[in-house]
Amino acid sequence: MRYTLNHLKELEAESIFVMREVFAKFDNPVILFSGGKDSIVLTHLARKAFWPARVPIPLMHVDTGHNFPETIAFRDKLVEKMGVKLIVGSVQESINKGRVAEEKGKNASRNALQTTTLLDTIEEHHIDAAMGGARRDEEKARAKERFFSHRDDFGQWDPKNQRPELWYLFNGKMQMGEHFRVFPISNWTEMDVWQYILQEQIEIPSLYIAHEREVVRRNDTWLPVSDYIQLEEGEKTETKKIRFRTLGDITITGGVESDADTLEKIVEEVAAARQTERGNRADDKRGETAMEDRKRQGYF
Amino acid sequence: MSDTQSYLDMQLLRFTTAGSVDDGKSTLIGRLLFDSKSIFEDQMESVESSSSKRGLDHVDLALFTDGLKDEREQGITIDVAYRYFATPKRKFIIADTPGHIQYTRNMVTGASTANLALILVDARKGVIEQTCRHSFIASLLQIPHLVVCINKMDLVDYAEEAYQKVVSEFEDFASKLEVPDIRFVPISALHGDNVVNRSENMPWYHGETLLHTLETIHISSDLDHVNVRFPVQTVIRPHSDEYHDYRGYAGRIAGGIMKPGDEVVVLPSGFNSQIKSIDTFEGPVKEAFAPMSVTITLEDDIDVSRGDMIVRPNNQPQVTQDIDVMLCWLNNKGPQPRAKYLVQHTTNEARCMIKEILYKVDINSLHRIEDDKEISMNDIVRVRLRTTNPFFVDEYAENRHTGSLILIDEGTHETVAAGMVKF
Repeated sequence: MRYTLNHLKELEAESIFVMREVFAKFDNPVILFSGGKDSIVLTHLARKAFWPARVPIPLMHVDTGHNFPETIAFRDKLVEKMGVKLIVGSVQESINKGRVAEEKGKNASRNALQTTTLLDTIEEHHIDAAMGGARRDEEKARAKERFFSHRDDFGQWDPKNQRPELWYLFNGKMQMGEHFRVFPISNWTEMDVWQYILQEQIEIPSLYIAHEREVVRRNDTWLPVSDYIQLEEGEKTETKKIRFRTLGDITITGGVESDADTLEKIVEEVAAARQTERGNRADDKRGETAMEDRKRQGYF
Repeated sequence: MSDTQSYLDMQLLRFTTAGSVDDGKSTLIGRLLFDSKSIFEDQMESVESSSSKRGLDHVDLALFTDGLKDEREQGITIDVAYRYFATPKRKFIIADTPGHIQYTRNMVTGASTANLALILVDARKGVIEQTCRHSFIASLLQIPHLVVCINKMDLVDYAEEAYQKVVSEFEDFASKLEVPDIRFVPISALHGDNVVNRSENMPWYHGETLLHTLETIHISSDLDHVNVRFPVQTVIRPHSDEYHDYRGYAGRIAGGIMKPGDEVVVLPSGFNSQIKSIDTFEGPVKEAFAPMSVTITLEDDIDVSRGDMIVRPNNQPQVTQDIDVMLCWLNNKGPQPRAKYLVQHTTNEARCMIKEILYKVDINSLHRIEDDKEISMNDIVRVRLRTTNPFFVDEYAENRHTGSLILIDEGTHETVAAGMVKF
């Protein structure tokens, strides 16, 4: 017997360790669930971490109201299968209450509004640790994240003043009203996530798999046609075989043309990809430091 | 499917990079990413446009590692950044640590989980004070492999003499280090010589390229597979019909190989039992080893909780409240005399006091300083701690997990120091 783990097993063991630390150190943790592949992998890891017990941590979904219908159906099915509690923070409700104002114009999106809803929901439910599926390889600001990322009582991230994080000794100490964001799959890459989904045969929303869809060409990507998107003059809808590499709001998530209709083909496609996965995300294209700016304010 | 299979069976190598300002560290990382085809088109476009905005006529590879707004504006690196790339042989995690501000603090952080440290030396300058400091930190953190990249060979006409001079300078100094494996590679990060591709400019060099070294260096023996150490993270109690009386101890194996039937003792209670099963989501396993995360059940119904450690009766760590450590101070504010802190060690937590400061280490010469015991940021000091509860510790040199601890300020909750146990 060789006493070595392959990279996926090592990453899995690391993530399970982190999730168990969160459970042991905090009173009221949640798993942030977006319906995207990374948060699905998180829930899969959570099942492993606490097996044979049920996952003792609720899922929390920040619902923009602009979802792919597939995402909500998938979420509800998963919650039922896992037997966990679901907490929903609604952006629509934040708008109704006047906490935030809807953006206007053809590129309007509820992406930035999510931060307020997220922080309000964290406060309302006295959540002290919110685990998310963000990865360090995704984006340059995220490359500097800790596993345990401290947020002040305004939910803000201060990248220049982060606590040093050594070995696997995580500091989860905080004052009243502050909270932590924890990223158990920090060290995974997009490729690792897909390989893992393939290896574990994890169920994912059909959106990730190549399918025919009505789309419109905008900002160099194929945006899905939905009730939430206004067509400009000159824009025409087309039917294309596409798949999504990341899933966010239906208004900002562009698809790529693809024939990858099995997990194996997706892994091959990711291996050959020449664009980063967030290249089709309009929310990251709002300036060079778009992600850093949102993260500082308390975004995912 | 064979391609897919090979992706699924890669080994993970974590390394940290150290170098002083202007030695080309960012360029080297950019080069590794670029030549190993880990740069995507949209990243390339963004760096091309940044390069031309700065009036450069070539693509500045160093820009691939740019991060936060302040860093881009000031052209500096503030914090440890993690970068990822993979070749068909291995997956790599780079802890990229900045070369100037809060150097020690950042390098200690990056080095704490690394299998290997990459040290850059400018071929024109040779071994300088910072080279010694970086190497000493790598040694202090017990990184088993050191790769010294002698960079900017293009600026010394790719001359073998220049390379040999640095190698011999380094070897003179390296006798003081506790690193078992040191290698040297002459490179030019700017032009790519010996980084990913073999250099045609240095036919006298018969060793491996940097990437080949990273891909093949033997790391399987770096973990402790002898001394069983299982710090309990949490207790798993399903309370379900199927697992009504199930009581499992969840944790990540910090050392050794565990098997069902093994005699064990639980610290601190001292109760003996046998391993009944080692459970995972995929089912029970016949053996488990570091760094696996598993759940262990015992034959006897004894009280075990978070912070306890399961070990073998004939191979136990030290159980002590007095711990001698090498401490790296990470905070602006130094400790007051007899200051008290929270201390975390494995899954255990207590309060502690710095009882005695034995000496400070001059990290350039490795000399002990015994007449100055004022501790400030980035200092390495040998201290004696007194904890409120007993900890189960090994020497850091024996086991990085059971030999390391952190101190946390009780008021600000900041992590103020990192300690390595040394009896």
